[in-house]
Amino acid sequence: MKKLIELRNVTKAFGENVVLKGIDLEIYENEFVTLLGPSGCGKTTTLRIIGGFVDPSSGEVLLNEKNILDIPAHKRPTNTVFQRYALFPHLDVFENVAFGLRMHSNKANIKIQIEKLKEDYQIRMDHALDSNTKKKLKLELNKEIELIKDPNVHLKLKIDKLKNKIKALDKTNPEFVSQKQKLQDQIKAIKVDFETPKVREKRLTDKVMKYLAMVNLQGYERRSVHKLSGGQQQRVAIARALINEPKVLLLDEPLAALDLKLRQEMQYELKEIQRNAGITFIYVTHDQEEALTMSDKIVVMNEGEIQQVGKPEDIYNEPINTFVAKFIGESNIIEGIMIDDYLVEFDGVKYPCVDYGFKRNEIVDIVLRPEDLDIVPEGTTPISGVVDSVAFKGVHYEIDVKTNTRIYTVHTTDYQPEGKKVSVSFEKEDLHVMEKW
Amino acid sequence: MFHGPLQTAVREKRKVKVKPYTFLGIPYYILLSSLIIIPLLLIIVYAVTIQEQGLYYKFTLIYFRQFFNEAEFVRVMADSIVLALMTTLICLFIGYPLAYFITKRKPITQAILVLLITAPMWVNMLIRTVAWKQIFDMINPRLLGTDFAIIVGMVYVFLPFMVLPIYTVLSKIDPLLYEASADLGGSNLKTFRKVTLPLSISGVLSGITMVLLPAATTMVIPRYLGQNRVLIGTLIERKFYDSGNWGYGAAIAIILSLIIMVMVYFTKKLDRNKEVELDEKA
Repeated sequence: MKKLIELRNVTKAFGENVVLKGIDLEIYENEFVTLLGPSGCGKTTTLRIIGGFVDPSSGEVLLNEKNILDIPAHKRPTNTVFQRYALFPHLDVFENVAFGLRMHSNKANIKIQIEKLKEDYQIRMDHALDSNTKKKLKLELNKEIELIKDPNVHLKLKIDKLKNKIKALDKTNPEFVSQKQKLQDQIKAIKVDFETPKVREKRLTDKVMKYLAMVNLQGYERRSVHKLSGGQQQRVAIARALINEPKVLLLDEPLAALDLKLRQEMQYELKEIQRNAGITFIYVTHDQEEALTMSDKIVVMNEGEIQQVGKPEDIYNEPINTFVAKFIGESNIIEGIMIDDYLVEFDGVKYPCVDYGFKRNEIVDIVLRPEDLDIVPEGTTPISGVVDSVAFKGVHYEIDVKTNTRIYTVHTTDYQPEGKKVSVSFEKEDLHVMEKW
Repeated sequence: MFHGPLQTAVREKRKVKVKPYTFLGIPYYILLSSLIIIPLLLIIVYAVTIQEQGLYYKFTLIYFRQFFNEAEFVRVMADSIVLALMTTLICLFIGYPLAYFITKRKPITQAILVLLITAPMWVNMLIRTVAWKQIFDMINPRLLGTDFAIIVGMVYVFLPFMVLPIYTVLSKIDPLLYEASADLGGSNLKTFRKVTLPLSISGVLSGITMVLLPAATTMVIPRYLGQNRVLIGTLIERKFYDSGNWGYGAAIAIILSLIIMVMVYFTKKLDRNKEVELDEKA
């Protein structure tokens, strides 16, 4: 995969308040990247810096290896789905979605196209050897520019020829009327293919309809945006952001205002859209479940710093520190000593583990995920205690086992009565050792 | 303009017989009928009746005919309206950027600026107008009596009425909408045309109405800055007090109101058309 966006040592301070303390991040094409963290961790600021709404205090933001910090928001190839949707209240659903297309008006587009063409030809002309080729290229360039300025140039020429033919007709010829009629019909037929504002509008309408269909909003074109439900407004916001075919779509907690069921549906839909459209998504959320479900890559942030970057499985199974471990799912975190590679000790008992590379006798944190723990008859393992509380969670029971030194939270499908004496067991792969943080 | 709560309130009122807040409207209805509807009817009655032989009144359009036959009066009316229109335009071109500028400041600065704009209104308008007269006397007394002096005075007096409604609607626009527009490729100018302007047009319209109406009928400003120049307000006043011809005064007042109503109606219509057009093409 190709690298698309790179953040280099990006910092941001609002007055005394330092929000970002040097962010380094690489984002690849077609990636679904989630910035995950508690509120105030700087994830939204990072997104807004990429979108061009906030200037960083220092650092660089590169897109395709080019610094884009000098490019204003409206010229960046990014589009945003805002947290509160920010739909235009004076426009209906159709016009909201069409907004981006209308902003890139014909005139501006023509200007850009001509500039690009000129650049291309300039390079070719610089490489041209003799002045003849140069002249030829110049002529070609002028023709192409004319074609861009007026796409009907060729058709108009044809019509002129036909008109001349009409003029040249012999009026005394008995078939004059029918001949003239024939030529006039031909002119009419050519005019049908003219590029007119009407044709452009038709093209725009088709595109808007396509995107409305993509987010399942056919039939809502003329609806006022006030009269939509939260989920529908959200779809309008997504269609509106996608219609410009951005390289990167920025999403700022887009599902936060929806109820659980709708949120889960939208999660899958967003993932589908991302896969089909082949766009890089940068998704900001504080919901760890959402992040785990949707992302190719999760960036866990806290207090303006990146804590860990990795695939969802890696972040969950191998959290780099206690913050990540606590933020991503529940866990039992225990302080221990790394006796040696593959051997860790806590609560006075040594356990074999799969971790290595720590200093000898280094103080470490150990993560035990509740679903990795099991309750076994008392005395079968060194960790013995009493069932302290039992809560039914639907799929499993959440059982707290109190030992002499700590409380273990266990997720298990087997019910255990409160007060029962039990032991807690785990496999050595379930023991995750992290650096003390 | 009033969506939501008001409409639902009305609907609920139909379902349930009497709600406590129904009574809240009573003072308004009393004021409305005694100070607006009845006087308005009286003006109309005065304008279209003529007294004949003591207590006997007869329907007539003679005052209207009389007005349009007096070229001088029609000219005064036209003058007043042109002056009012120019004042309104100038107020708009000063007021809109000013209101826009204020909304971009910090909240505390905004409050201070709005306070400063409204501050002159605490001083009696007569005193302020006389002050302007003295300023003109100081700078160049020959300016007094010109359109320029009258327009300066009116712009000064009526500017807050343009700024405040525009400021109110502008400050209610969610700043996120500007970001959304920029995000979708809108330059500053385009964002202004397609987002800011359509969303603030209601404020512009009320500003226009609130400046145009008093500017067309003011008596104080032409009196002091216009060297007693007769404009339509003064003309109506004279008909009522000096010549005691209430019917004629009332007729002139009605003609003026009708002209202004038509103007306001067309401004609104014009703006709506423009908005629709912008949406369809551009």
